[in-house]
Amino acid sequence: MAKILIPTPLRQYADKKDSLELSGGTVGEVLKSLTSQYADLRKHLYTDDGRLRSFVNVYVNDEDIRYSGKDATPVKDGDTISIVPSIAGGSHGRH
Amino acid sequence: MAAIETPAAPAALSNEEIQRYSRHLIMPEVGMEGQLKLKAAKVLLVGTGGLGAPLGMYLAAAGIGRIGLVDFDVVDYSNLQRQIIHGTKDVGRKKLDSAADTMLDINPHIRIDRHEVALTSENALDILKDYDIVVDGTDNFPTRYLVNDACVLLKKPNVYGSIFRFEGQSTVFAYEGGPCYRCLYPEPPPPGLVPSCAEGGVLGILPGLIGVVQATETVKLILGTGEPLVGRLLLYDALAMRFRELRLRRNPECPVCGDHPTVTKLIDYQQFCGIPHADAKIEPVANLGEIEPTEVKQKIDRGDAFVLIDVRELHEYQICRIPTSKLIPLGELPKRLNELDKDAEIVAHCKSGIRSAKAVDLLKQSGFRNVRNLKGGILAWSDKVDPSVPKY
Repeated sequence: MAKILIPTPLRQYADKKDSLELSGGTVGEVLKSLTSQYADLRKHLYTDDGRLRSFVNVYVNDEDIRYSGKDATPVKDGDTISIVPSIAGGSHGRH
Repeated sequence: MAAIETPAAPAALSNEEIQRYSRHLIMPEVGMEGQLKLKAAKVLLVGTGGLGAPLGMYLAAAGIGRIGLVDFDVVDYSNLQRQIIHGTKDVGRKKLDSAADTMLDINPHIRIDRHEVALTSENALDILKDYDIVVDGTDNFPTRYLVNDACVLLKKPNVYGSIFRFEGQSTVFAYEGGPCYRCLYPEPPPPGLVPSCAEGGVLGILPGLIGVVQATETVKLILGTGEPLVGRLLLYDALAMRFRELRLRRNPECPVCGDHPTVTKLIDYQQFCGIPHADAKIEPVANLGEIEPTEVKQKIDRGDAFVLIDVRELHEYQICRIPTSKLIPLGELPKRLNELDKDAEIVAHCKSGIRSAKAVDLLKQSGFRNVRNLKGGILAWSDKVDPSVPKY
């Protein structure tokens, strides 16, 4: 089982959970398991043609999967998978 | 008394400054040499809001000789929960003036440049070129990509911080061949997919912590001491009170800082972020399904048969509401369509009209025929119908 951390902006699509334990041999498998459990998450993580969105990064432990095999990046028991989307807040808080 | 300052080439500190900076001066990592580096440094803060508040105050206190501020906003009551550089007395004032007053009160030995503009592709290079370090405390994607690209093109470090609700991110981009913002996120999210702080909220203390991380990195870069936050993305979760660090690499294929850059000058960042220009003619389409707050008031007063649905969240409904409204948060709407009559006249509202526009689209796609969006949301209701409804 790997631990997958759900970031604040996406928790609303994952039953407000901040983390889940899921099994899978690769990142792709773990994410598939996640998005089949929470279908609403899918469109926030993937484009219509199934690519990970370019403003969402996924890390296994501290390594970005873009540099370690993408979806095929192996996942071991006890690994932590982080989903880190782009956030822009910081200043004015205007509308 | 203080001598006349010559920030361009400070030869020495005045006795007053020596007293002021004594806790720096007695540390070997700063010392007189480091303090003079701080005095000679020129730092640009983009934004004087949540992140800019602690940044401005601490960088002023630390004795950064010249600090540029970029902002064109005015202090609002809703800023005060986190923007501690501004006070209640400053509501309605220019943020630039309010921030500069606070900073000069903390430390009159510094010089402040006020840039009362929105940073744009036209003015960014000209404004940034005079500074050694740029600190990004903005609140929107177009400006973040603009600051990033300008920093890469000018080879200036970009001290980045970003916040949302209870989470923050910080790192130093474009420092001596290190990764840039586009290496981290090649593209911004399409508008509307990621809520802003104005929509999603932010814990008031959070920008304090992330801004202080940015201030720390800025001071370290100037002093040339310690291990800069380069190639590492610091993540902070206030709810869990946990810091994590992820590895951040320069992308050799990055369009700005990669081996074969394709972006060699500033571009149109509104367009890059998929945001229509303010002058674009989108009004007629947007207006089709809208109704003015005053018209809704008349309908209520006349006792017209219509349903007013409030698609905000329960915690917003608890702050204020329009009488007769029915709360169905946007996220629950798809599952609760059976509560509504497809032939009934429906008006949807939210805080400012963005979420309710999505609700109107959803209802129309689901076969509801007579649906309109309350223009400007409950904020406009407060402005135009009932000022006793608080704005949040």
